[in-house]
Amino acid sequence: MNADFGLQFTPDGPPSELTWSHKLAIALLSLGALLILLLLMNRQDSLFGWLGLGLFVAGATFWFVPQMRTKPGIRNDYLMVSSLSRRGALGWALGLFLTGFYVVLYFWPQYLRGLIVWVDPLKVALSGSSALDGSVQGSQWFLYGFLYTLAVSIMGVRALIRYRHSRYQVIRTASVMFFQLGFAFLIPNILLKLNQPYFEWTNIWPLRYYELWPDSATYLAQTGWVGPVMLFWGIGSFLILTPILTYFFGKRWYCSWVCGCGGLAETLGDPFRQNSSKTERAWRLERWLIYSVLGFIFLTTALLWANHQWHGQILGTWSGKFASGYGFFIGAIFSGVIGTGFYPILGSRVWCRFGCPMAAYLGILQTTFSRFRITTNGGQCMSCGNCSNYCEMGIDVRAYAQRGEDIVRASCVGCGICSSVCPRGVLNLENGGWSVGDR
Amino acid sequence: MQPLVIIGNGISGVTLALEVRKQSDLEIVVISSESPHFYSRPALMYIFMGHLGFDQTKPYEDWFWQKNRIQLVYDHVDAVDIANQSLLMRRGQPLKYGQLVIACGAKSNFFGWPGQDLQGVQGLYGLEDLKKLETLMPSVQNAVIVGGGLIGVELAEMLLSRRKSVTFLVRENHYWGNVLPREEAELVGREIVQHGVDLRFNQQLASIEGDGKGCVQAIHTQSGERIPCQFVGITTGVSPNIGFLKDSGIDLARGVLVNAFFETNVPHVFAIGDCAEFRDKQDGPQVEQLWYTGKLQAEQLAANLTGQKKTYQRGIWFNSAKFFDIEYHTYGRVSAFPQTDEIHFYWEHPDGRKSLRLVGRKNDRVLVGMNAFGIRYRHRVFEHWIQAGLTLEQTMAQLLDANFDPEFFKRYEPQMVEAFNRAFPEHPVQLRRKTRWWPRKGA
Repeated sequence: MNADFGLQFTPDGPPSELTWSHKLAIALLSLGALLILLLLMNRQDSLFGWLGLGLFVAGATFWFVPQMRTKPGIRNDYLMVSSLSRRGALGWALGLFLTGFYVVLYFWPQYLRGLIVWVDPLKVALSGSSALDGSVQGSQWFLYGFLYTLAVSIMGVRALIRYRHSRYQVIRTASVMFFQLGFAFLIPNILLKLNQPYFEWTNIWPLRYYELWPDSATYLAQTGWVGPVMLFWGIGSFLILTPILTYFFGKRWYCSWVCGCGGLAETLGDPFRQNSSKTERAWRLERWLIYSVLGFIFLTTALLWANHQWHGQILGTWSGKFASGYGFFIGAIFSGVIGTGFYPILGSRVWCRFGCPMAAYLGILQTTFSRFRITTNGGQCMSCGNCSNYCEMGIDVRAYAQRGEDIVRASCVGCGICSSVCPRGVLNLENGGWSVGDR
Repeated sequence: MQPLVIIGNGISGVTLALEVRKQSDLEIVVISSESPHFYSRPALMYIFMGHLGFDQTKPYEDWFWQKNRIQLVYDHVDAVDIANQSLLMRRGQPLKYGQLVIACGAKSNFFGWPGQDLQGVQGLYGLEDLKKLETLMPSVQNAVIVGGGLIGVELAEMLLSRRKSVTFLVRENHYWGNVLPREEAELVGREIVQHGVDLRFNQQLASIEGDGKGCVQAIHTQSGERIPCQFVGITTGVSPNIGFLKDSGIDLARGVLVNAFFETNVPHVFAIGDCAEFRDKQDGPQVEQLWYTGKLQAEQLAANLTGQKKTYQRGIWFNSAKFFDIEYHTYGRVSAFPQTDEIHFYWEHPDGRKSLRLVGRKNDRVLVGMNAFGIRYRHRVFEHWIQAGLTLEQTMAQLLDANFDPEFFKRYEPQMVEAFNRAFPEHPVQLRRKTRWWPRKGA
C-alpha cells in the first residue's frame, strides 16, 4: 500500500486480551451458528433454530455491551489494520459468505428450505399465511425479511453503543431500526393478515422498481379502497413527498433515516464504511453508472406501460425482456449480490452509491435545489483525512474542508460520520446554507 | 527561466506550490527527503493508532502533481550555494533555482539532557519519528513523556492505544500552563488523567539512564525521583530545522530571518512556515509553528511572488486541538493569566468537560477572544464579531448563532447566559433565538 517508499505500519492489533465477556460472547456466537447449521442439515427440529438464534443474540449482547464501560467517543483504534474491517482474510471470508448467501437466496432458494420452514410459524402468526403454501420449497422472502431485520436490529444496537456520544447518530440509528422493523417488516405482513396487499410504505419507487409497473399498479387500483390509497401513496411519495422533504433536509431524510438499504448499510455495514473508494476514478464511474440505472428503470417502466396500453401489439415481448433484465441485473445482482455481499470489500454503500435509481433521483434534487449542505468551520481543517476515510459514499470530504468550502454532493446521504470523526470540529450538517461569509 | 524551487513538501511548501500554480505558469519543483508525496503531519497520530493508513493522510492522489505540473523531487538538500543559485543534493545532480523558498519545517527540541541519545528517546515530528516509534513498541511497557503541550497529549493517546502505561511530566503546575488559563488547564488535566495517564505537575527531566546496552531504562527527575521506562517521548516544542543553511550566507537566528514579505537577506531566497523567523518584532510569536499559520504564510508569499505584493497580515488569531475526546477552539486573544485591563467570563458545565471563556476589554467591554472546550463554535462568526467590536453582552445574546454543534445536540447557551447574568448583574443579557434563514450567497 505504501510501496512508494517502504513505509509500513503493521501494529499487530490490540494486544490479545479477551475479557471474560468476549470469551463468553465467542462461545455463544459459535454455538448459535452451529445450531443453525444443524438446522439447515436436519430440516426438522426448529428448536435448534430458536435456541441457536437465542445464543446468537446473547453472544452479540456480550460482545457489544461491555463497550458501554469504555468512555464514549470516537474509537477507531486498529480499524485500518484489522483483518475483518480492512480487507484481510476475515474480510474476504465474510464477503464471500455474504455474496454466496445472496446467490443462494436469489437463485437456489431450495437449499434454504430448512430455514424457511423454521421461521414459517412466525410468518403464519404475523401474516396469517404460510410461506410453504403453493410450492414445496416455499418462498424465501419472509426468511430474508426476518434475517434482514434481525441484522439491522443487532448491528443497530452496536451502532447505538458505538456512537452514543452523538445524539444525531443515536436518533438517526434508532430511526432506521424503527422503519425497518415497523414499516418494512411488521406492517406489510400484518397487512397480509388483514387481507390487504403486501405493501412497503417506505420502499419508494424507483427503488422498489416494480411498484409502479402495470401489473402491480393495476392490481392495487382494483383492490378495495386500501389498494388505491397505496397506489396514490406510491406515486405521491415519489412525485410530491420526496421533493418537499429533500428540499428541506437533503436526501438524508430517506437514505440514512428511513430506507431499508440505508438501514442495513448504517448498521451491518458500519464496520466497513472505510473501504469505499475515494479516488476520482470511482467518482466518474459512480456518475456514469447510477444515472444509467436511473435511465434504465424509467425506460423499462415507460415501455411496460406503452405495451400495456397497446396490449402488446407493438412491442411484443420486448418490454417484458427489459423488465426481467432489470429485475435480474439490477434488482438481484447489483442491489443484492454485489451491493450487500461486497460490504467488507467495497464498503457499505456500493448499491446506494453506484446503482440505486432512487438515490440518483434524490441526488439530482439535492444538488439542484435542496437547502442541505455540509458546512465547514472556517480555516481549521488540517487535512488529516478522517472525514474522507470514513465516508461510506466515497466522497473526498477533505478536498472541500481544507479549502473551507461547503460540501454539496449528489451522493451525500447525510450520515454525519464525517462530522463525528473530525478531530477539529470542522464539519456540520445543516439545512439552510448558514455562512457568515455569505452575508 | 530557472524554476521556483521549494525545499519541503509540508503544508507551507505545498500550499505555496498550489497557490503559485493557480496564478502562474512558472516551473515549480518541490523537494522533500521525508516522503515523496505531501501528507498531513497532524495525522501522524491517526496512522499510528490505526484510524488511517498512510495513504489516507495524503490530501491529493499521486497523479495530481504531474497533472498540475508540480515536479516532485524525493531527495535531501545538503547545502545552498547562493552564488550559483544552486542546491547541493545528497543523491542527485545539483539543482539550479530561479527563486528559492525554504519551507523545511522544524525538529524536536532536545535540551542537552544526559542520556538523550539513548535508544528509546525521541520526539514526534515526522515520518522518521513514527517509524522509530513503531519499531520500539514491542519492547516498551512503560513510557515517560516530557513536556506539557499538544504533541505530548497526542503521544500519550498514541501510547495508550497500544496499552502502554504512560507517565506525563509537566513543568508547570497545570497542563499547558503558558497558554491555557487555570480552569481550562485543569479541565484538560482531568481528561488526561481519566484516560489513564499518570500526569505529574512541577516535574522536570534531569537525566536519562541507560541499561548499559545503549537503551533507556529509566529517567531521573529534578526532584530526584527515578521512573523506570523503556521509552522517553520528548515533546518540549520544536525549533527550525536549518542546520544545512549554516554556511550558506543566509541570515539565521533561531530560524531563517525574514521580513514581512518573507524575503531573506539573499535576493530570490524566501522562507515560510515552521522554519521562518520574523526579523522585526511583531504582534505574536517571532516563529509561528502552526498548521494554520504555515498555510497563511504560504498564501501570502504566493501572492507576493505572483505580483500582488503585500505585507503579511495574520488576521484574528485562531487555533484548535483535541485532547483525547475534548475538542478545543480558540479565537482571538486569550491570555493564560487574566490581565488587569481584561474581563474574563468563564462558564463550565457541571460535568467538567465543556466550557466557554469570553475575554473582553475592561474599559469598553469589547470582545477580544474566546476559548471553547467540548462545544463547537463557528470560526467565521467569532472572527466577524471580534473584528466588528461586539461587546461581551452582544456576544452572549447572539451566542446561539455561533454554535456549531451537530443537530440534536443539547445547547448550553441558556445556562451560559444565566451564569453571565449572575456574574455581571449590572449588564443583564437575554439570549436571542438562533437566526434562521440566513440569506444565501449573493443575496
